[in-house]
Amino acid sequence: MDTFLQLTVDALTLGSVYALIALGYTLVYGVLKLLNFAHGDVFMVGSFIGFGVLQLLGGTSKPVVPVWLLLVLMVLAAMVGCAVLGVVIERFAYRPLRDAPRIAPLISALGVSFFLANSMQLLFGATPRNYNIFDLANASLYTKGFNVGNVHVALLRIITVVAAFVLMVLLWFLVNRTRTGKAMRATSYDREAAAMMGIDIDKVIVFTFVLGSALAGAGGVLQSLRVPTTVAIGFVVGLKGFTAAVIGGIGSIPGAMAGGLILGFAESFSQGYISTKWSDLIVFSILIAFMIFRPQGLLGRADIRKV
Amino acid sequence: MTNVGSTELSGKSLLELDRVDTYYGQIHILQGLSIRIEAGELVCLLGGNASGKSTTLKTILGIVRPRNGVVRVDGEDVTKRPTSYRIGRGLAIVPENRRLFAPMTVLENLEMGAYLRGGGAKEDFERVYELFPLLYERRSQLAGTLSGGEQQMVAMGRALMSRPKLLLMDEPSMGLAPILVEKNFEIIKQVHESGVAMLIVEQNANVSLSIADRGYVLSTGRLVLEGPAAMLRENEELRKAYLGR
Repeated sequence: MDTFLQLTVDALTLGSVYALIALGYTLVYGVLKLLNFAHGDVFMVGSFIGFGVLQLLGGTSKPVVPVWLLLVLMVLAAMVGCAVLGVVIERFAYRPLRDAPRIAPLISALGVSFFLANSMQLLFGATPRNYNIFDLANASLYTKGFNVGNVHVALLRIITVVAAFVLMVLLWFLVNRTRTGKAMRATSYDREAAAMMGIDIDKVIVFTFVLGSALAGAGGVLQSLRVPTTVAIGFVVGLKGFTAAVIGGIGSIPGAMAGGLILGFAESFSQGYISTKWSDLIVFSILIAFMIFRPQGLLGRADIRKV
Repeated sequence: MTNVGSTELSGKSLLELDRVDTYYGQIHILQGLSIRIEAGELVCLLGGNASGKSTTLKTILGIVRPRNGVVRVDGEDVTKRPTSYRIGRGLAIVPENRRLFAPMTVLENLEMGAYLRGGGAKEDFERVYELFPLLYERRSQLAGTLSGGEQQMVAMGRALMSRPKLLLMDEPSMGLAPILVEKNFEIIKQVHESGVAMLIVEQNANVSLSIADRGYVLSTGRLVLEGPAAMLRENEELRKAYLGR
């Protein structure tokens, strides 16, 4: 029972970060029908921005601001930085290829991915960066929290999950209640019809990249609070986010959230009950199973083309 | 081109295509097409499959850009302007097959129609609900779950939300049951009588000519006939080509 609870806590922490990444994938796919393979690297850049802000503010051993403010600033800086990065990527790597065959922007996305990973390595080297959150305020992010039975739920995990869910609620509000958000859904369903309504598609696309990349930035910091980051994490993280988005139904926002959580549970439980070596195999087997038996994902809509 | 009867027009038109050539790649679709629509008019553009009707609408809206020629809205050259700009100048469209945003509610669809006007003022919604009381009842329903006739109402209401000066209608009777076609044209007439100019693009020449002021007939990207609707209905060639069947 304790193992089960512990694994559930793990699953939620992992899953909520995966959901944040998957949302960026799904949003961009929705409006551009593009698999943005650079998305994982935007996440990586976000984790480095968080690290940079942490160092600027005195590091974990002697921070110059209160702990809560430190965390908020790290997440916010990563969100803003990644949003700008996302807009730049769209402007220079995808927009010129807007009318090209779909394989062209896909290759461009891979190019951007390599470009980001390698230029970050040139700038900062390949050594892992550890936020060393354990040093922060006498390890209180680890020692505080609450207990369920014998299982200790650390404050750090609570912060991660709550922050991710707050961001998702915010996203839900933006997408469903604001004019630009609704225009994004309209564009995602039928771009030409949206243009016929007077919606400026370029603006919607930029808005989409801002949202998706900001979520990736936040995810980058949230994950690196627990796990050291390197310039190379983008690939694996991107693959996981992509898998979550596909499982949930690519293009579907609630689907991405569900897919992220499912992936979190699959990974955590297979690590706990089977083997850590096998967990990636199991996770990607789920992806393959979905591709074969339910290619539209859990909540996606099947693409019916009338000829 | 044959001109049946007088179509002398003066002043600046609401919409004008002036010797427009539109290409898809190397294929020359519209060939020196000139049409104009005056404020308050109801004009129909007739033609069979592949006659260039849809391309004409796309050229008007700026979804495709002509290689030569000028598109004017209210006398202003909009040839190089994007679609959103043209919608802002008073154009709106009820697209072929309606193209509703199926996973969004009826209300949200209407809001999208008024996107450039900030999502629509209260009186815009009231006007649409007055015209289509059913839409008020269905406002929180997803557009994709409505019947064909109801969807047509949403498409029409959505277009009217932008308070257009000129409403473009692409094949309004396509995919509708005959009884709905008639009802649809009643609504078109009603909207037109409220002062909105209209361009109806149709294969169904009979119904559209019965309510139109003027008509153009397009064949393989060229105008082959134009004139007052009443005279087009009498025209032998047109009867043979479009009405006789």
